[in-house]
Amino acid sequence: MIVAVASGKGGTGKTTVATSLALALVNETPLLFLDCDVEAPNAHLFLKPVYEQRAEAAVPVPHVDARLCQLHGVCSQVCQYHAIALVGGQVRVFPELCHGCGSCTLNCPERAIREVPHVVGTVESGRTAEGIRFARGVLRIGQPMAVPVIRQLRRAHPVRPGETAILDAPPGTSCPVVATILGADYVLLVTEPTPFGLHDLKLAYELTRDLGLPAGVVVNRDGIGDASVDAFCAEVGLPVLLRIPMNRAIAAGVAQGTPLIRLRRDYAPRFRQLFAAMAGQVEARA
Amino acid sequence: MKVAISVTAPKVNAAFESRFGRAAAFVIVDTETNDQEAFRNPAANAPGGAGVQAAEFLAGQGVDAVISGAFGPKAHNVLAAAGVRMYQAGGGKVAELVERLQQGALDPA
Repeated sequence: MIVAVASGKGGTGKTTVATSLALALVNETPLLFLDCDVEAPNAHLFLKPVYEQRAEAAVPVPHVDARLCQLHGVCSQVCQYHAIALVGGQVRVFPELCHGCGSCTLNCPERAIREVPHVVGTVESGRTAEGIRFARGVLRIGQPMAVPVIRQLRRAHPVRPGETAILDAPPGTSCPVVATILGADYVLLVTEPTPFGLHDLKLAYELTRDLGLPAGVVVNRDGIGDASVDAFCAEVGLPVLLRIPMNRAIAAGVAQGTPLIRLRRDYAPRFRQLFAAMAGQVEARA
Repeated sequence: MKVAISVTAPKVNAAFESRFGRAAAFVIVDTETNDQEAFRNPAANAPGGAGVQAAEFLAGQGVDAVISGAFGPKAHNVLAAAGVRMYQAGGGKVAELVERLQQGALDPA
């Protein structure tokens, strides 16, 4: 089973939940943990993996052979991202806008374009002391596109039979989140019971609904804010599977890189119950 | 000389828009004939690469100069490659901006 931990709003506790979920399941199932928040990966702070491999993540960007180019401009017309422009009798490429779709290369009537790798990040993989297969993507500073790194991270780490995969998603609801949760069996939405938390939970819920993925909610920092998150979950039928209270000792411990279930042993069975509830929801739909 | 000015709506009397790539429209003025024509900016709502697309559009219209509030690095790159001169302005009506350009009173971007 593949579980993606997402949120909409940033800073709600995705990584706190994802890492403790993984650690709670160590004796139950083989585990793969992918930190897909490639703009700010932080799960390693809790899981402390030892990296064994490192690979570059690249986007294939066009390189125009000026001797072959006849300035038809087809490349610029077919590019949906305006990453290649024909102006002033020359073709200009903007690698940071290129999504690597290959349309310009395929459509060039003179076959004047070949693709060259434009490195946008790295993928690092290893193992934790508990035996969790761990990998993360790291987007290069200054690069605007996270999706190629996330795709490469996922492609390089197919889920093995019998393995449970936990994907720590980026915040938001845009392309990097879609790239993370596509192909997941379940999306666990971590929120906080505030108007801001609710606003982004709604967006994240709508994304899971549009993608046809089952979802459930973890309310973190429970006790602050108001009851609107609960009211929303009840209204749309989203199960609230776990509540983590607003608690100074938890906040201080997590801030020092201690996983929640090591701070509070009583959370280990709760995370296992959470996993069982998610598996039950997935089974019920199958 | 053909001069493009970024504006807030596709009308020749529309107000100046200080953004280039995301401007709703451009008014193109031919300073010899005094013809004015407004064009929707095809890049106004582009998800990305708006500066490149807007610059390519104006280069395709054969403009010699553009007046806007600011030009992003990619738009600047394309307009420079096309030999289009760029000028910065803080505001003003289309006719005034063209006049100030002709007087040499606008800063090149």
